[in-house]
Amino acid sequence: MSATADDQRLEVGQEVARRTFSVHRADLVRYAGASGDFNPIHWSERTAVGVGLPGVIAHGMFTMALAGRVVQDWCGGDPGRVASFGVRFTKPVVVAPVDASPASSPVVAEAPGLPVASSWGAPSPGV
Amino acid sequence: MAVDQSFVGRTYPPEDVYEVSAEKVREFASAVAGAGSATVLGGPLATADVPAVHVDAAAARALGHADAVAPPTFAVVLAQRSDARFLADPAAGVDFTRVVHGEQSFTHHRPVVVGDRLVTTLHVDGVRVAAGNAIVTTRNEIATESGEPVCTATSVLVVRAPETPTPRTQEEGA
Repeated sequence: MSATADDQRLEVGQEVARRTFSVHRADLVRYAGASGDFNPIHWSERTAVGVGLPGVIAHGMFTMALAGRVVQDWCGGDPGRVASFGVRFTKPVVVAPVDASPASSPVVAEAPGLPVASSWGAPSPGV
Repeated sequence: MAVDQSFVGRTYPPEDVYEVSAEKVREFASAVAGAGSATVLGGPLATADVPAVHVDAAAARALGHADAVAPPTFAVVLAQRSDARFLADPAAGVDFTRVVHGEQSFTHHRPVVVGDRLVTTLHVDGVRVAAGNAIVTTRNEIATESGEPVCTATSVLVVRAPETPTPRTQEEGA
Protein backbone atom coordinates (compact mmCIF):
# COMPACT_ATOMS: atom_id res chain seq x y z
CA MET A 1 0.00 0.00 0.00
CA SER A 2 1.51 3.29 -1.01
CA ALA A 3 -0.46 5.69 1.15
CA THR A 4 0.19 5.68 4.88
CA ALA A 5 -0.99 7.64 7.86
CA ASP A 6 2.28 9.54 7.77
CA ASP A 7 2.21 11.08 4.34
CA GLN A 8 -1.35 12.26 4.09
CA ARG A 9 -3.07 15.39 5.18
CA LEU A 10 -6.46 14.03 6.06
CA GLU A 11 -9.81 15.57 5.47
CA VAL A 12 -13.05 14.41 6.99
CA GLY A 13 -14.68 11.86 4.72
CA GLN A 14 -11.53 11.18 2.73
CA GLU A 15 -11.02 7.58 1.61
CA VAL A 16 -7.58 6.43 2.66
CA ALA A 17 -7.56 2.77 1.70
CA ARG A 18 -9.61 0.16 -0.10
CA ARG A 19 -9.17 -3.57 -0.29
CA THR A 20 -11.45 -6.44 -1.25
CA PHE A 21 -11.58 -9.70 0.70
CA SER A 22 -13.20 -12.96 -0.30
CA VAL A 23 -15.01 -14.62 2.59
CA HIS A 24 -15.64 -18.36 2.80
CA ARG A 25 -17.64 -20.40 5.28
CA ALA A 26 -14.39 -21.94 6.47
CA ASP A 27 -13.19 -18.46 7.42
CA LEU A 28 -16.24 -17.96 9.60
CA VAL A 29 -15.77 -21.28 11.37
CA ARG A 30 -12.16 -20.45 11.99
CA TYR A 31 -12.99 -16.98 13.28
CA ALA A 32 -15.71 -18.42 15.51
CA GLY A 33 -13.13 -20.65 17.16
CA ALA A 34 -10.54 -17.93 17.49
CA SER A 35 -12.93 -15.33 18.88
CA GLY A 36 -15.29 -17.49 20.91
CA ASP A 37 -18.35 -16.22 19.00
CA PHE A 38 -20.26 -19.40 18.18
CA ASN A 39 -23.62 -17.89 17.28
CA PRO A 40 -25.15 -20.43 14.86
CA ILE A 41 -26.26 -17.75 12.39
CA HIS A 42 -22.59 -17.72 11.33
CA TRP A 43 -22.52 -21.38 10.37
CA SER A 44 -26.05 -22.84 10.31
CA GLU A 45 -28.16 -22.04 7.26
CA ARG A 46 -31.23 -23.37 9.02
CA THR A 47 -30.78 -21.12 12.02
CA ALA A 48 -29.95 -18.06 9.93
CA VAL A 49 -32.92 -18.45 7.61
CA GLY A 50 -35.15 -19.37 10.53
CA VAL A 51 -34.57 -16.00 12.14
CA GLY A 52 -35.25 -14.13 8.92
CA LEU A 53 -31.71 -13.64 7.60
CA PRO A 54 -30.97 -14.25 3.92
CA GLY A 55 -28.52 -17.00 4.84
CA VAL A 56 -25.38 -17.52 6.91
CA ILE A 57 -23.75 -14.15 7.50
CA ALA A 58 -20.23 -13.23 8.53
CA HIS A 59 -19.55 -12.08 12.07
CA GLY A 60 -19.59 -8.29 12.08
CA MET A 61 -16.47 -8.55 14.16
CA PHE A 62 -14.80 -10.63 11.46
CA THR A 63 -15.60 -7.87 8.99
CA MET A 64 -14.22 -5.31 11.42
CA ALA A 65 -11.09 -7.39 11.94
CA LEU A 66 -10.48 -7.40 8.18
CA ALA A 67 -10.93 -3.65 8.17
CA GLY A 68 -8.47 -3.57 11.04
CA ARG A 69 -5.86 -5.18 8.83
CA VAL A 70 -6.31 -2.40 6.31
CA VAL A 71 -6.14 0.29 8.97
CA GLN A 72 -3.10 -1.29 10.57
CA ASP A 73 -1.27 -1.44 7.25
CA TRP A 74 -2.16 2.17 6.65
CA CYS A 75 -0.61 2.95 10.04
CA GLY A 76 2.69 1.49 8.87
CA GLY A 77 1.98 -1.99 10.19
CA ASP A 78 2.03 -1.02 13.85
CA PRO A 79 -1.22 -1.96 15.64
CA GLY A 80 -0.04 0.19 18.53
CA ARG A 81 -0.76 3.26 16.44
CA VAL A 82 -4.46 2.45 16.12
CA ALA A 83 -5.61 4.58 19.04
CA SER A 84 -9.30 4.42 18.27
CA PHE A 85 -11.18 2.34 15.76
CA GLY A 86 -14.90 2.35 15.11
CA VAL A 87 -17.31 0.93 12.57
CA ARG A 88 -20.97 0.95 11.72
CA PHE A 89 -22.31 -2.26 10.22
CA THR A 90 -24.47 -1.29 7.28
CA LYS A 91 -25.14 -4.45 5.30
CA PRO A 92 -24.94 -8.16 6.01
CA VAL A 93 -22.12 -10.10 4.39
CA VAL A 94 -23.96 -13.21 3.25
CA VAL A 95 -21.58 -16.12 2.83
CA ALA A 96 -22.55 -18.92 0.47
CA PRO A 97 -22.12 -22.61 1.28
CA VAL A 98 -18.67 -24.08 0.91
CA ASP A 99 -19.25 -25.42 -2.58
CA ALA A 100 -20.40 -22.07 -3.96
CA SER A 101 -18.53 -18.92 -4.81
CA PRO A 102 -17.31 -16.93 -1.84
CA ALA A 103 -18.79 -13.64 -0.81
CA SER A 104 -16.68 -10.69 -1.74
CA SER A 105 -16.96 -7.29 -0.18
CA PRO A 106 -14.88 -4.17 -0.33
CA VAL A 107 -13.42 -2.70 2.80
CA VAL A 108 -13.22 1.05 2.74
CA ALA A 109 -11.37 2.94 5.41
CA GLU A 110 -12.31 6.57 5.73
CA ALA A 111 -11.45 9.44 7.99
CA PRO A 112 -14.69 10.74 9.46
CA GLY A 113 -14.92 12.69 12.69
CA LEU A 114 -13.32 9.90 14.64
CA PRO A 115 -9.72 8.97 13.86
CA VAL A 116 -10.54 6.13 11.50
CA ALA A 117 -13.58 4.07 10.68
CA SER A 118 -14.47 1.57 8.04
CA SER A 119 -17.72 2.17 6.29
CA TRP A 120 -18.98 -1.25 5.45
CA GLY A 121 -19.89 -4.35 7.27
CA ALA A 122 -22.47 -6.82 8.28
CA PRO A 123 -25.20 -6.61 10.80
CA SER A 124 -24.02 -9.70 12.43
CA PRO A 125 -24.40 -10.91 15.92
CA GLY A 126 -21.91 -9.62 18.31
CA VAL A 127 -22.44 -12.38 20.72
CA MET B 1 -39.85 -11.23 24.69
CA ALA B 2 -38.78 -7.65 25.10
CA VAL B 3 -35.40 -6.61 26.41
CA ASP B 4 -35.69 -5.52 30.03
CA GLN B 5 -34.92 -1.80 30.15
CA SER B 6 -34.37 -1.91 33.89
CA PHE B 7 -30.88 -3.29 33.15
CA VAL B 8 -29.74 0.16 31.96
CA GLY B 9 -27.13 1.55 34.29
CA ARG B 10 -26.08 -1.82 35.64
CA THR B 11 -22.41 -2.47 36.15
CA TYR B 12 -20.82 -5.91 36.24
CA PRO B 13 -17.45 -5.88 38.00
CA PRO B 14 -14.59 -8.10 36.84
CA GLU B 15 -15.08 -11.77 37.61
CA ASP B 16 -11.76 -13.18 36.57
CA VAL B 17 -8.40 -12.34 35.06
CA TYR B 18 -7.81 -12.90 31.34
CA GLU B 19 -4.20 -13.65 30.58
CA VAL B 20 -3.28 -12.73 27.01
CA SER B 21 -1.30 -15.67 25.65
CA ALA B 22 0.97 -15.74 22.64
CA GLU B 23 -0.96 -18.66 21.18
CA LYS B 24 -4.34 -16.95 21.50
CA VAL B 25 -3.02 -13.85 19.77
CA ARG B 26 -1.49 -16.04 17.06
CA GLU B 27 -4.77 -17.93 16.63
CA PHE B 28 -6.84 -14.75 16.39
CA ALA B 29 -4.40 -13.01 14.04
CA SER B 30 -4.21 -16.12 11.87
CA ALA B 31 -7.99 -16.39 11.62
CA VAL B 32 -8.06 -12.84 10.28
CA ALA B 33 -4.94 -12.98 8.13
CA GLY B 34 -5.94 -16.25 6.48
CA ALA B 35 -9.33 -15.03 5.33
CA GLY B 36 -10.34 -16.08 1.88
CA SER B 37 -7.03 -17.58 0.91
CA ALA B 38 -5.47 -20.65 2.38
CA THR B 39 -8.43 -21.50 4.58
CA VAL B 40 -10.33 -22.85 1.59
CA LEU B 41 -11.16 -26.45 2.28
CA GLY B 42 -8.26 -28.70 1.55
CA GLY B 43 -5.69 -25.96 1.78
CA PRO B 44 -3.12 -25.52 4.48
CA LEU B 45 -3.77 -23.30 7.46
CA ALA B 46 -2.48 -19.87 6.66
CA THR B 47 0.23 -18.56 8.89
CA ALA B 48 2.66 -17.02 6.46
CA ASP B 49 0.72 -13.80 6.06
CA VAL B 50 0.30 -13.05 9.75
CA PRO B 51 2.10 -9.77 10.46
CA ALA B 52 5.19 -10.45 12.55
CA VAL B 53 4.18 -7.86 15.13
CA HIS B 54 1.43 -10.24 16.30
CA VAL B 55 3.56 -13.37 16.60
CA ASP B 56 7.16 -12.31 17.00
CA ALA B 57 8.11 -10.60 20.24
CA ALA B 58 11.36 -9.31 18.77
CA ALA B 59 9.53 -7.67 15.86
CA ALA B 60 7.12 -6.05 18.29
CA ARG B 61 9.95 -4.83 20.52
CA ALA B 62 11.55 -3.22 17.49
CA LEU B 63 8.40 -1.07 17.30
CA GLY B 64 8.70 -0.20 20.97
CA HIS B 65 6.24 -2.70 22.44
CA ALA B 66 6.83 -4.91 25.46
CA ASP B 67 5.85 -8.09 23.61
CA ALA B 68 3.84 -9.26 20.61
CA VAL B 69 0.86 -6.98 20.03
CA ALA B 70 -2.71 -8.19 19.55
CA PRO B 71 -4.70 -7.09 16.47
CA PRO B 72 -6.79 -3.92 16.90
CA THR B 73 -10.03 -5.87 17.43
CA PHE B 74 -8.64 -8.58 19.72
CA ALA B 75 -10.25 -6.98 22.78
CA VAL B 76 -13.58 -8.24 21.47
CA VAL B 77 -12.64 -11.65 22.86
CA LEU B 78 -12.83 -10.15 26.33
CA ALA B 79 -15.71 -7.81 25.56
CA GLN B 80 -18.02 -10.50 24.22
CA ARG B 81 -17.33 -12.80 27.15
CA SER B 82 -18.15 -9.91 29.40
CA ASP B 83 -21.28 -8.93 27.46
CA ALA B 84 -22.60 -12.46 27.90
CA ARG B 85 -23.07 -11.76 31.60
CA PHE B 86 -25.90 -9.44 30.58
CA LEU B 87 -27.01 -10.85 27.23
CA ALA B 88 -27.18 -14.48 28.37
CA ASP B 89 -29.08 -13.62 31.53
CA PRO B 90 -32.58 -15.03 30.92
CA ALA B 91 -33.99 -12.10 32.87
CA ALA B 92 -32.61 -9.66 30.27
CA GLY B 93 -34.89 -11.13 27.60
CA VAL B 94 -32.35 -11.22 24.76
CA ASP B 95 -32.67 -13.88 22.03
CA PHE B 96 -29.10 -14.51 20.86
CA THR B 97 -30.09 -15.59 17.38
CA ARG B 98 -31.94 -12.31 16.84
CA VAL B 99 -28.97 -10.15 17.79
CA VAL B 100 -27.15 -8.29 15.04
CA HIS B 101 -24.20 -6.00 15.49
CA GLY B 102 -24.97 -2.35 14.75
CA GLU B 103 -21.82 -0.50 15.71
CA GLN B 104 -18.54 -1.24 17.42
CA SER B 105 -15.67 0.87 18.57
CA PHE B 106 -12.44 0.40 20.45
CA THR B 107 -10.47 3.09 22.15
CA HIS B 108 -7.03 1.76 22.96
CA HIS B 109 -5.51 3.50 25.94
CA ARG B 110 -2.52 1.37 25.13
CA PRO B 111 -2.09 -1.73 22.93
CA VAL B 112 -2.97 -5.18 24.24
CA VAL B 113 0.25 -7.20 24.39
CA VAL B 114 1.09 -10.80 25.15
CA GLY B 115 1.48 -11.33 28.86
CA ASP B 116 -1.14 -8.79 29.87
CA ARG B 117 -3.37 -9.84 32.74
CA LEU B 118 -6.65 -8.06 32.11
CA VAL B 119 -9.92 -7.53 33.93
CA THR B 120 -13.16 -6.32 32.37
CA THR B 121 -15.96 -4.21 33.80
CA LEU B 122 -19.24 -4.20 31.90
CA HIS B 123 -21.60 -1.24 31.79
CA VAL B 124 -25.08 -1.46 30.29
CA ASP B 125 -25.27 2.04 28.86
CA GLY B 126 -28.56 1.87 27.03
CA VAL B 127 -31.61 -0.12 26.01
CA ARG B 128 -34.11 1.59 23.76
CA VAL B 129 -36.77 0.46 21.34
CA ALA B 130 -36.89 1.63 17.72
CA ALA B 131 -39.32 0.22 15.16
CA GLY B 132 -39.91 -2.79 17.36
CA ASN B 133 -36.20 -3.59 17.60
CA ALA B 134 -34.31 -3.23 20.85
CA ILE B 135 -31.09 -1.22 20.59
CA VAL B 136 -28.66 -2.26 23.32
CA THR B 137 -25.47 -0.34 24.08
CA THR B 138 -22.79 -1.97 26.19
CA ARG B 139 -19.40 -0.67 27.24
CA ASN B 140 -16.55 -2.81 28.50
CA GLU B 141 -13.73 -1.11 30.32
CA ILE B 142 -10.66 -3.32 30.09
CA ALA B 143 -7.77 -2.68 32.45
CA THR B 144 -4.78 -4.45 33.89
CA GLU B 145 -5.10 -6.19 37.23
CA SER B 146 -3.42 -3.21 38.80
CA GLY B 147 -5.92 -0.79 37.30
CA GLU B 148 -4.11 0.62 34.29
CA PRO B 149 -6.73 1.39 31.58
CA VAL B 150 -6.10 -0.63 28.40
CA CYS B 151 -9.18 -0.50 26.20
CA THR B 152 -12.73 0.82 26.12
CA ALA B 153 -14.93 -1.32 23.88
CA THR B 154 -18.40 -0.02 23.01
CA SER B 155 -21.00 -2.15 21.24
CA VAL B 156 -24.35 -1.24 19.79
CA LEU B 157 -26.39 -4.40 19.34
CA VAL B 158 -29.75 -4.66 17.65
CA VAL B 159 -32.14 -7.31 18.91
CA ARG B 160 -34.38 -7.68 15.89
CA ALA B 161 -38.11 -7.89 16.39
CA PRO B 162 -39.74 -11.17 15.42
CA GLU B 163 -41.09 -11.27 11.90
CA THR B 164 -44.72 -10.40 11.49
CA PRO B 165 -46.77 -13.58 11.51
CA THR B 166 -46.75 -14.19 7.78
CA PRO B 167 -45.97 -17.68 6.49
CA ARG B 168 -42.26 -18.40 6.53
CA THR B 169 -41.82 -20.25 3.29
CA GLN B 170 -38.05 -20.34 3.54
CA GLU B 171 -37.87 -22.19 6.80
CA GLU B 172 -36.24 -25.55 6.40
CA GLY B 173 -37.88 -28.56 8.07
CA ALA B 174 -37.51 -29.44 11.73
